[in-house]
Amino acid sequence: MSDQVHPTQLSTVMLQPASRSARTIFVSALLAVAIIIFPFFATPFHLDVANQILLASIGALSLMLLTGFAGQISLGHAGLIAAGAFTAGILSKEAGAPFWIGIPAAGATGGLLGLIFGLPSLRLRGVYLAVSTLALHFIVVYAGGEYENLVGGSGGILIPPPSLWGLKINTGKAWYVLLVAGAILAFLVTWNVVRSRTGRAFAAVHGRETVAAALGINVARTKLTAFVISSSMTAIAGALFAYYRGFVSIEAFSLYLSIQYIAMIIIGGIGTLPGAFLGALFVTLLPYLIETVVAHLPGAQAMAGSIFAVNYAAFGLVMIVFLVFEPSGLVGLWRRLERRLLIGRQSP
Amino acid sequence: MQIVLNILVLGSIYSLISCGYVIIYKVSRVLNLAHGELMMVGAYLLLTTASAGWLGSPLAAIGLALVLSLTVGILVYVLLMRRMTGESVLAAVLTTIALGILIRGAVVLLWSAQHHYPATKLHIANPSIELFQNAKLSLISLILIGVTVATYAALFAFMRFGRWGLRMRATGQNALLAAQRGVNLHAVYALAWGISTFTGAVAGMLIALDSGLDSTIVMIGLKAFPAALVGGLDSLAGAIIGSIIISASEVILIQHFNPLLSDAVPFLILIAMLVIRPWGLFGTREELDRV
Repeated sequence: MSDQVHPTQLSTVMLQPASRSARTIFVSALLAVAIIIFPFFATPFHLDVANQILLASIGALSLMLLTGFAGQISLGHAGLIAAGAFTAGILSKEAGAPFWIGIPAAGATGGLLGLIFGLPSLRLRGVYLAVSTLALHFIVVYAGGEYENLVGGSGGILIPPPSLWGLKINTGKAWYVLLVAGAILAFLVTWNVVRSRTGRAFAAVHGRETVAAALGINVARTKLTAFVISSSMTAIAGALFAYYRGFVSIEAFSLYLSIQYIAMIIIGGIGTLPGAFLGALFVTLLPYLIETVVAHLPGAQAMAGSIFAVNYAAFGLVMIVFLVFEPSGLVGLWRRLERRLLIGRQSP
Repeated sequence: MQIVLNILVLGSIYSLISCGYVIIYKVSRVLNLAHGELMMVGAYLLLTTASAGWLGSPLAAIGLALVLSLTVGILVYVLLMRRMTGESVLAAVLTTIALGILIRGAVVLLWSAQHHYPATKLHIANPSIELFQNAKLSLISLILIGVTVATYAALFAFMRFGRWGLRMRATGQNALLAAQRGVNLHAVYALAWGISTFTGAVAGMLIALDSGLDSTIVMIGLKAFPAALVGGLDSLAGAIIGSIIISASEVILIQHFNPLLSDAVPFLILIAMLVIRPWGLFGTREELDRV
């Protein structure tokens, strides 16, 4: 890409506002139709994958808000998801709490933890902050393991399927409807936060803290707000995950999960909301894709036992490729392609 | 007495690993979160050279594995991290995380997920030695303590008196000025990655010889990171002190309270340190503001 602005490129830039919003409406309408008709054609397996993608996108949106917009890196995302899942699990097991109590309770726990996770950010930046969230991840996981030990056995917690307004949510389709609603809600929340005064404060703090402070933004409060909102959403995603699986065990929340979420926002495109969805889609589908590819390779039987290792290796490789060659992620790739296509169409 | 010995051994393990974090951070301000994985690669390389019959003696196998580890470290810089020079610190850290995941997968694919015993392959006996009354130590652990002392002595001498050590310190202080004085930055960085992986591999091999080898060794590498940070990420002497603090608290708490704490303790101390004194016991404060 050259830095010089090509005449045709300039015209696309000037043309953009009108055509762009029209295209956005077109694309969203297409997407809405696809989302609505999907469950009528999908097999239970496809529905399960779709539900996983939706769960992942809620988590990715909240991390995007924190890292992509407020610029605060977190390696403790899995710890927060675990906290939400365990809050829902423990409440359901010990007190028989229903879904509509478990979810807000998880949100509250997440918010509180977010405050704690966010405290180091007041003094630390960059790598040091990442490390402190990493440390908190291990502490949350330790607490979860301790609880499992206390209850006896390392079996984890079983959670009965939730019910809403008398309807039991225990089929893939019911979950799909609930999770689509959840993902849309999460998107609206993050979208509104990003466009509000708070969101502009995030951007300012992300850009340069000193300047943000000079502009009258309370840097400490902005950072803590980012952590609290993001962590609260993350914990809710964790609680949804727990209800969806019907089972919580600390094994599921390894550091690898945190890394997967970071990969989602990088691969999707950091600092963009559609990027969170694209990243969640990509990272959730990758293992299935690999499984399919490996099954068609010669010697598939021999590879079957180490499929997780193939996943790890491929995942690391994809992440490196994006970091090195396309740091603006799938969204950046899409925009570049789009621009190239438009220029191609307009120039004679 | 046994507790003191246990602390000493664990402290040596952490010291030997954490100096790798320090070297790379000191020279290039990159936090290498793939250090545990690179250490694991070193140990698995020993497994391979141990299986090669034509090498003859165990020492040759260890030597070859060490040379290979050094090469791996340099290659990681030349092929991957070199591209991240000039990018944001965070992008570099994320790249090392991705590299770590890649290595974890690749190691299982190449060497299988089984628990291996390189010591039996090399026919190295590991008798336990009674140093004091009721206080025993395995031979390899004893060697490990000696190797750690030797490694640190060599590193201090190298950084203080060596020509390349001087270049490394200069680059760490101000890369731009160093480059203007004719220091080949890429060579310095590559060397830092090489040395770091080399020392990590030494630690990994000794751990593997002592207690066998599988992918859980990565966790030991990750737990050595708090040790480096507690001491100060740019201080070699700090790494030793930090390692002893971490290992002492870990051993004592496990013995008296709860074995589950093992993975959490180093990070609890890390948090405490970040709250009180983020730049560590011996780190320079100015470093933190540059991050």
